[in-house]
This record gives sequence, C-alpha cells and structure tokens, in this order.
Amino acid sequence: MIAKAIDMINAEQVAKACEGKEAPEFKIGDSVKVYVKIKEGDKERVQAFIGTVIARDGGGNDATFTVRRITFGVGVEKVFPLYSPYIDKIEVERSARVRRAKLYYLRKLTGKKARLREAHRAPKKSSK
Amino acid sequence: MEGLIGKKIGMTQVFDDQGRRIPVTVIEVGPCPVVQVKTTETDGYNAVQLGFEEQKPHRMTKSMLKHFEKATVKPCRITREFPLAEGEEVKAGENVTVGIFDDVKYVDVSGISKGRGFSGVIRRYRFAGGQQTHGGHSKRRVGSIGACEFPGEVQKGKKMPGHMGSVNRKARNLTVVQVRGEDNLLLVRGSIPGPKNGVVIIKKALKK
Repeated sequence: MIAKAIDMINAEQVAKACEGKEAPEFKIGDSVKVYVKIKEGDKERVQAFIGTVIARDGGGNDATFTVRRITFGVGVEKVFPLYSPYIDKIEVERSARVRRAKLYYLRKLTGKKARLREAHRAPKKSSK
Repeated sequence: MEGLIGKKIGMTQVFDDQGRRIPVTVIEVGPCPVVQVKTTETDGYNAVQLGFEEQKPHRMTKSMLKHFEKATVKPCRITREFPLAEGEEVKAGENVTVGIFDDVKYVDVSGISKGRGFSGVIRRYRFAGGQQTHGGHSKRRVGSIGACEFPGEVQKGKKMPGHMGSVNRKARNLTVVQVRGEDNLLLVRGSIPGPKNGVVIIKKALKK
C-alpha cells in the first residue's frame, strides 16, 4: 500500500483530467493547438496556443509538454502540465518527421531552417 | 485529540480547484489504537497513549505485551503520548483515525530528519567556500576560525564540520490539502522532515 498510495493518487489525478475526454495523443514535432481555459474575474474563456511540440517531460500526472512558436519574431515557449484541468483540449494540426526526442535545436534556427519535414503518416485528430 | 502518529510515504503533485499544481507530501496516518488513557486522578495529567504499526509479539518485551493486552490492542511498534483536552473522552482500545484532521486547515509535522553523516561546512552551514580556480587551496575548507592571541581561543559555537541530520525537526503550519479517510492518508503541502517510511508525528498547528 505504501508505494501504491502515491500511484493511486497520481492515477486519480490523471483520470480526473481525462474525464469525458480522450487521453491526449501527440508526438514530438507535431504542430498542435492547445486550448487553454483562462479565468478573467469570474468569467472563463478558452484561448488557443498554436505551436510545435519540442519536448515532453515526466510521467504520470507530473507529465508536461513544451510548445514553441514564433510570435512577432520572438520565440515563445510554453510548458503545459499535460493533465492540467485548465487544458480544454489538444488538437494535432500537422505531424513532422523528427529524429530527436527534444527539439531544442530549433531555438537556434530561424526562418526556413526552422522548418520540420512533414510526416507521411496521416495526422491523428485527437482531443484530450 | 491533538495529533496522530504517521509514516511518510513520499511526494507527488496534485491540481487544486484553480488548476494550480501543488507539491504535496503523502503521509499514512493511523489508524492509531488508544493504548492507555492517563487521567489526573491516576497520573496527575490528562493524556492518551497511541500506538502505530503492528509489531510481532516475539519482538516485544513481556511487560510491553501485557501493557497492550490490558488495552486489548495488538502490540504496536511505536507508541506516543498526546495531551488530551479537558472534557474529551476516549477509551483504551478505540481507534483514532485521520478523520480528526477533517476540519483542520494547518498541521505541524515533526520527525527525525535524514542523516547526512559527517558533513563539511559547505553542506552543513552553506558556507561559500574558497576559490576553485587561480590556485585555490581552500576549496571546501572552513577558512579562518578566529583571530590570533586575542582572544586566543576559538569562539564557542563556531560553525565547523561535524555530524549533520538525524535530529528531530518540525515543519510548522503546513496546509492540509486532502484528508482521505478510507485510505488513512493525509496530503500536506510542501515537504516534511525525514526519509520515506520515516515515522512522523502530525499535530494540529500550534500557531495558526
């Protein structure tokens, strides 16, 4: 029970986040649209953050993923907790063929060099 | 009841109702059988002795076995005494569970901190140490420990290398994140002293 207690709590958190939704499914290099719930006062709205998944970290309910995009010529990266209750859904728009688990090299590249080769597999439409 | 005996299980994170990630320590708390009730008439003060974690009878002394037998409680590895508030009544043999923290917002958790063995001053007292480059000879050393003929001695209490850890420490005013009665688990925000599986004492916060 001792080691299992933490697993149980973690599984519960994951289950809660996935309630009524499919488990989020995306890969490194995918262009994703992350719908984030934003609270303003007592109103709640959904905002989308579009970018490339350059890293996935952690496991269980600690799992996070990093999305990078260029806005107004400035690179912006956001780290999202995968099972955050504030993530409404994640849509995969395009998949890329990448050979690395972490695409940190994209940070040094700009313009045409920062493109990724598109994967030939059909992009899976998945929502969290 | 003021507090309970528990066991540190480990740390993880949970999301609160605002979607924030909260680091939590999971503690297995109780159920603790009441081994002995001390009263003003018999002992001069009001208190209860609680037990925690079963122990095989052959590992106990005969006198302790009888002590548990008297309360019709299975032998416990750990016993601790907690003060009993005036007017509160418990009977020997009853079980006290984590439920006593249901309406509690803050707790103090004390336990024996992790032992670090003989440690140098950098780890033990967060000294800066000497320079690592440019031919530094005093990389992790203490440095000067005092002046010359005056005062002619090292000041008492001078921070020097020595044994670190394995002492009783208390983490105060930890927020209770979750009380899981059926699993006997308590989730508190932040870290608590001691290793995993270490025995800790959980009390209602004294200063909040």
